[in-house]
Amino acid sequence: MPDLLSLARRVLEQATADEEVEVYVSHGRETSVRVFEGAIEQLETAESAGVGVRVISAGRQGFSYVGALDEPAAKEALIEARDNARFATVDEHAGLASPDGVEPPVLDLWREELVSFPTDDRVALALELERRVRSGDSRIRQVVSSDYVDGFGETAIATSRGIEVTDRQTGCYLFVHAVAGDGDDTQTGFGYSVGRAPGELDLEAAAADAVDRATRLLGARKARSAKLTAVLDRRVTATLLGILSGTLSGEEVVKGRSLFAGRIGEQVGVGELTLIDDPTNPLAYGASQHDAEGLACRCNSLIAGGELKSFLYDTYAGRLAGTTSTGSAVRGGFRTTPSVGAQALSLQPGKLDQPEIIAAVGEGFLVQSITGVHSGVNPVSGDFSVGAEGLMIRGGELAEPVREVTIASTIQRMLQHVVAVGSDVEWLPGAATGVTLAIDEIAMSGS
Amino acid sequence: MTLTDSSLTDLVEAQVLERVLHEALRRGGDFAEIFAEDRSSSSIFLDDRKVEELSTGRDRGAGIRVIVGETTGFAHTADLSEKGLLSAAEAAAAVAREGGGGVRKTALLRQASEHQQVGTLPSTVPKSAKVDLLLRADDASRSAGGAIVQVSAGYGDSRRRILVANSDGLLTDDDRVRTRLFVTCVASGDGGLQTGFHSLAYTLGYEMFDEHPVEEVAAEAARRAITKLQARPAPSGVLPVVLKSGSGGILFHEACGHGLEADHILKDSSAYTGRIGQVVASPGVTLVDDGTLGPNWGSLVIDDEGRPTQRNVLIRDGVLTDYMWDYLRARKEGRTSSGNGRRQSYQDLPMVRMTNTFLLAGDEDPDEIVSQTPNGVYVAQLGGGQVNTATGDFVFGMTEAYLIENGQITEPLRNANLIGNGPDVLSKIDAIGNDFDMSSGTCGKDGQSVSVGCGQPTLRVAGITIGGTASA
Repeated sequence: MPDLLSLARRVLEQATADEEVEVYVSHGRETSVRVFEGAIEQLETAESAGVGVRVISAGRQGFSYVGALDEPAAKEALIEARDNARFATVDEHAGLASPDGVEPPVLDLWREELVSFPTDDRVALALELERRVRSGDSRIRQVVSSDYVDGFGETAIATSRGIEVTDRQTGCYLFVHAVAGDGDDTQTGFGYSVGRAPGELDLEAAAADAVDRATRLLGARKARSAKLTAVLDRRVTATLLGILSGTLSGEEVVKGRSLFAGRIGEQVGVGELTLIDDPTNPLAYGASQHDAEGLACRCNSLIAGGELKSFLYDTYAGRLAGTTSTGSAVRGGFRTTPSVGAQALSLQPGKLDQPEIIAAVGEGFLVQSITGVHSGVNPVSGDFSVGAEGLMIRGGELAEPVREVTIASTIQRMLQHVVAVGSDVEWLPGAATGVTLAIDEIAMSGS
Repeated sequence: MTLTDSSLTDLVEAQVLERVLHEALRRGGDFAEIFAEDRSSSSIFLDDRKVEELSTGRDRGAGIRVIVGETTGFAHTADLSEKGLLSAAEAAAAVAREGGGGVRKTALLRQASEHQQVGTLPSTVPKSAKVDLLLRADDASRSAGGAIVQVSAGYGDSRRRILVANSDGLLTDDDRVRTRLFVTCVASGDGGLQTGFHSLAYTLGYEMFDEHPVEEVAAEAARRAITKLQARPAPSGVLPVVLKSGSGGILFHEACGHGLEADHILKDSSAYTGRIGQVVASPGVTLVDDGTLGPNWGSLVIDDEGRPTQRNVLIRDGVLTDYMWDYLRARKEGRTSSGNGRRQSYQDLPMVRMTNTFLLAGDEDPDEIVSQTPNGVYVAQLGGGQVNTATGDFVFGMTEAYLIENGQITEPLRNANLIGNGPDVLSKIDAIGNDFDMSSGTCGKDGQSVSVGCGQPTLRVAGITIGGTASA
């Protein structure tokens, strides 16, 4: 494997005394297998690597990247970033992270067995997943795709402020897309399982999930418009937490683009609501020892007992707000600069699992999936209106399936109207964990 | 100025390509292809009156695919040397397990494609001029009214030089230049904060700004934000919806176009499978995908498999006439590609994608369409959306919309989603205007993003569910 840190150091040696320089180097490999009707449809090997260089000179920031681990090209990127910095506006808050003395968590996120996993075994997993879904229910009409994907990634960051860190992790997942049919009616369902190594995947659960989700919506109709209690399935809650994390970004807050601006210390939700962002938990998919600026990751409490406690900051947002980084810099690889983001959000679980919550709610709507999240949620006004499908809840039990409805409220109201947080924590890909969540006073629009 | 002087064929010699294709098919296989790319891009972002960052980047590499029967192998490399390409070819060929496919030699025949005509290459424009563009946008938005409290604006340009060589002997290249600009404004009023967005995106060089002044884009974004300060909550329920020309093409792209992509069809995961020749839309509805449409955002001279783009009529006067095809899916059906094979970069496999997708104009007066709608919603801008191609169910955000009361456009509405079913909406179109406009967007499919154009005349859909909070 290439020595990323030495490459970062060699590029950093080109920095001049009057500038701050950060060199971010990453390298990863991903192998993916897609099968269809018992045969391999696609087998892809993707290796990606590159260097991103940030230069801050007299309060001006510039950035450039190159998509290769090529020392001369990376040094060119430094020169280009330096030139780009000349055109930025002077910003007294611009600057790289300074070592802050916080010790990074010791996490083992690397599984050697994944790196040496044979291609035949990858194919076998995808085939078995497809077979199980096809045979799972006579109404499964098609398995559009059955994928096994694994990969590893390693990064190194070296900066002129003395940060030198490396991180690495492995990961893999199974994903299946099923179509169920009954007469003219068609419904789809997805199932997946994630892990750091193939041995951690739960193939059976992924298959059962896809079958169940596709078949139980057969016969779904539009429901009557009503104000009701929505029980959000675990994956839906994870999506909601993702939305919430945008409004808890310190940068958005200080720039007046969050509904939570100026509300620290206020009771923004019911007492059962406690939200943390904890990338130090190795069970979380977003776990990491360091953030994207090389600072230690830490557990941040955002909402405790319904009270708004703090926001997330990277170095820049911290300076802008007159505070310090919470180790919450994220970046989408070597092609972009760091920004503030959540890494591993989770709600403190409650006492009841999903069936118990459904029984307790009595009458309502189990939301299996939502669509249109990007267009339907406004982080500034808090307006919330998304497409939804799922099952009605009648007499404490799941009843008829529903499609083509929207559910609407505002984020502010939803937090104040949580009636139950589930005990059924599910670790999911992405930056948030899933748990069943019941919220009342939701407007469902249908016919 | 034309860009033929700097074609990518200079980057990798034809003899090297021939040897790499030979290696890719050494263990058997029906088809091999090399897609090489050299992409340079720049972007600038301005927020809160500050140029936060100027960013530039360079990506260069090649993706190699090998098709054996129904199976595709793919690998890519950032190393364009013969050694790098051969090693990617070997990895892609791993799917051809049987071996002994025999020796196949490919003799490449270069096919010249006429590249896009570019007025001013963005890379020749000083960085300071691009920064100035964003500062002008900021000024223009703020001068639209005191209610504007935040402005952010972004500029981006890219140049992609690509080369395609395959074992059928094709060798061709292209040089694509795209430029875009967007402005987001936040307005503050008694009803809280509201946002407005407008963008400009064309398959053009920097000359785009000669025809489309940045001030107009900025003023439009500001107007949308300010208008919504007075907005009332959107209704909840099923109502007639009039889509302003150019505002809602994305709805037909998402809710109908994706279902007409041959990869979904061949896997029986589209509501349109097996329906050629059938009535799938109201009379008068004609849906076209056309990659040759001048400077529109989805235009391409050749697709990412080297095939010239063309005009494809998908639905003619309400009747389904054809699907969209790439090389792989067309080959399965024994026909030719429709020029719809696209990929995000050399790191991705091509698949069936749209280019510029639009509904053709009809003959009704747009104003009369509104005046003949007693009560409903007038949509002037749709935001992003999402569709389930197997069912056709979709959801879209309305980012500028108004109530229609007694045939008049009245109060502005707060953002809300529209939800419906693509095939259903196509058959509920009951008025088609004689105007037409296009807009630009980014289409995501299977993790890959490509630029697309969408368009439609003013038209009315008899009923769509509106997911607002007020009772209808």
